[in-house]
Amino acid sequence: MYSENFKESLAAVEAARDKNIAYEPVRMTAKQKEDLLAAFHPDYKKEEFSELKIGANKGDKVPHELAEMLQAHSRITADAVDLESPDYDVDVLVIGGGGAGSSAAIEAHEAGANVMIVTKLRIGDANTMMAEGGIQAADKPNDSPAIHFVDAFGGGHFAAKRELLSKLVCDAPEAIQWLSNLGVEFDKDKDGNMITTHGGGTSRKRMHAAKDYSGAEIMRTLRDEVLNRQIPVVDFTAAIELILDENGKASGAVLMNMETKELYVAKAKTVIIATGGAGRMHYQGFPTSNHYGATADGLVLGYRVGAKLMYAETLQYHPTGAAFPEQIFGALVTEKVRSLGAKLVNKNGEVFMHPLETRDVTAASVIRECLERGNGIDTGNGLAVWLDTPMIEKIGGEGTIEARIPAMMRMFGQYGIDIRKEPILIYPTLHYQNGGLDITPDCMTTNVENLFVAGEAVGGIHGKNRLMGNSLLDIIVFGRSAGQSAAAKAKETTVGKLTLSHIEKFEKEIRDAKIETNAVSPKLLPDYTNRAKKYL
Amino acid sequence: MENMVNIFLFGKKYSVPENLTIMTAMEYAGYQLVRGCGCRNGFCGACATIYRIKGDRELKACLACQTKVEDNMYIATLPFFPLVKQVYDVEKIPATEAVMMQLYPEIYACVGCNACTKSCTQGLNVMQYIAYAQRGDFEKCADLSFDCVMCGVCSSRCPAGISHPQVAMLARRINGKYLAPGCGHLEDRVKEIKNGDFNELIEALMQKPIDELKELYNTREIEK
Repeated sequence: MYSENFKESLAAVEAARDKNIAYEPVRMTAKQKEDLLAAFHPDYKKEEFSELKIGANKGDKVPHELAEMLQAHSRITADAVDLESPDYDVDVLVIGGGGAGSSAAIEAHEAGANVMIVTKLRIGDANTMMAEGGIQAADKPNDSPAIHFVDAFGGGHFAAKRELLSKLVCDAPEAIQWLSNLGVEFDKDKDGNMITTHGGGTSRKRMHAAKDYSGAEIMRTLRDEVLNRQIPVVDFTAAIELILDENGKASGAVLMNMETKELYVAKAKTVIIATGGAGRMHYQGFPTSNHYGATADGLVLGYRVGAKLMYAETLQYHPTGAAFPEQIFGALVTEKVRSLGAKLVNKNGEVFMHPLETRDVTAASVIRECLERGNGIDTGNGLAVWLDTPMIEKIGGEGTIEARIPAMMRMFGQYGIDIRKEPILIYPTLHYQNGGLDITPDCMTTNVENLFVAGEAVGGIHGKNRLMGNSLLDIIVFGRSAGQSAAAKAKETTVGKLTLSHIEKFEKEIRDAKIETNAVSPKLLPDYTNRAKKYL
Repeated sequence: MENMVNIFLFGKKYSVPENLTIMTAMEYAGYQLVRGCGCRNGFCGACATIYRIKGDRELKACLACQTKVEDNMYIATLPFFPLVKQVYDVEKIPATEAVMMQLYPEIYACVGCNACTKSCTQGLNVMQYIAYAQRGDFEKCADLSFDCVMCGVCSSRCPAGISHPQVAMLARRINGKYLAPGCGHLEDRVKEIKNGDFNELIEALMQKPIDELKELYNTREIEK
């Protein structure tokens, strides 16, 4: 239900709907995209970044909020725990209970390792759970891993580490098969063929989905499998500092009970960081589509023991965050809405771009439409453009929305908006951390031995922008791989004397660089108390 | 000034802006949430909440992140509910009715009160999907339960002690693994990759100069 303020613009959208469905907008040229990004994409706003003064990426620029966390004090000093009597002693310690962490734990367990998951919330409280649209894999006859590679490499501005990207695309079909064998219910036709669609920037229809609960369906299945295997899950417990051994190898972590604040020592032969993204850092004041715990913890943990980051300055702003009503401000409106035919329309009822450009280009285009061209709709809580969802029913037939994107229908339905009949208002929302820790194809960090990384905490797989459906894919491909590699490495590892000496070493760097800060990290959770409604 | 409403968090009164969700209202009131907060977007089921509007006899259930506060709303969150999750080996279970009898026999004690359906935060027909599970119709059980976020409210209301979300989870895994038709093109592609059919193409891409890759990308054909 839209109030009177929207009526005029709504009427224009409705009047132009049939014409807009028929209209085939031209895709932008490479030059047009470059210019658009430089002028309107948040990653290009120089004043929003600061230079790191210490650590492996000294001299690099990252968002202010991340720089503060990367150069903050530890939550503890080395004498806070007794490293000689660990509370947990395992082969493989997985930090994070999302899709990557769960996949890693399953594979490490499969390889015979004694594996444990530690997670600051519950297993499954992760961005994986919230991924709606789908997962890519080149498994159709007109497609190939090579075509998938070119789509992703170009979409990521030719910056991906090629050895990581080739692993992603080549292992993709097997990842789908693995999930299928675990019981994940992908959308199929009656003959078993996968129902696939386009995502922004794909040249083949390779987006596999489970309605618009794709991530939730994958996550709950992985969680069920972890529980079936009786892999220990220590929940509501955060890793707050990595532990190295005397030889500089990752050998465990200091853990903190989120409720009682009690500290524990977990000793391990190998450690996997699978801590996910950073949307709750609210870079540049953006709202986010991310879950409550997305605070870049893994980047901080890794950076403090000397691990290198790659592309930490690149973030993904999902073009279609909900802009209205304010109760769901910033929530994800899946790209699948556009895959199914809905177009982006400005306040005058005009389609202003091809709806399936890559996410960075689409987000920048929406921002331009609102800020420069003055064609945004004032929602009372900022500007927005329309995403004309009723087009989907006209193109795909009545019932398409309920069958293919029920979560979207439910989310807006809660607030009296029937997306089958009325369009929705959207604006970009902070969605994904393109960058992260630098790894080799076996998922080990490039400069800290026995420290593995998987999922959103990795940098370099996607380059500087990620295509829809390649993140659910990477958590499975690299999650599994990290579990296998870490289990194998654990077999040949003897842990030396444990130490937290890196904390004082890092403190010295802070002092020497004359960084004045009271901040402690990792952040663990955002603080929304007494502030009300700015971020949802 | 925003319009304010009175809500009662665990019985204690707070005045909060009327446009907040229960979750953001708790934060407005000063709670730093650790439990009962996950995706904040209706997918994870962490924030199951029970409420009653003063004077109303009906006890309602919802997700705190998806529900606006109302005046005189008495709120109790249910961040954890002890569901029974049976452990099984998905590779070895039979895809028949017998598996339900073996793992979740309590579903046959359903008294048909429909409290589960009435309390579902997702508006699902819970009792009906349990009925399908009883009959071993896993496909229908999977389909009806698909949008379940496993918040556990249904089970908290069940006099028979059924853990509905776990029953549905089992049904969906059986359906996805054993009952859904197999996928020929997927199997073929996995074999082709294992066979090394794409190695040459990928190797060429690994070596190609950036300019050639740019040309390849910018002129690629896009499937309609």
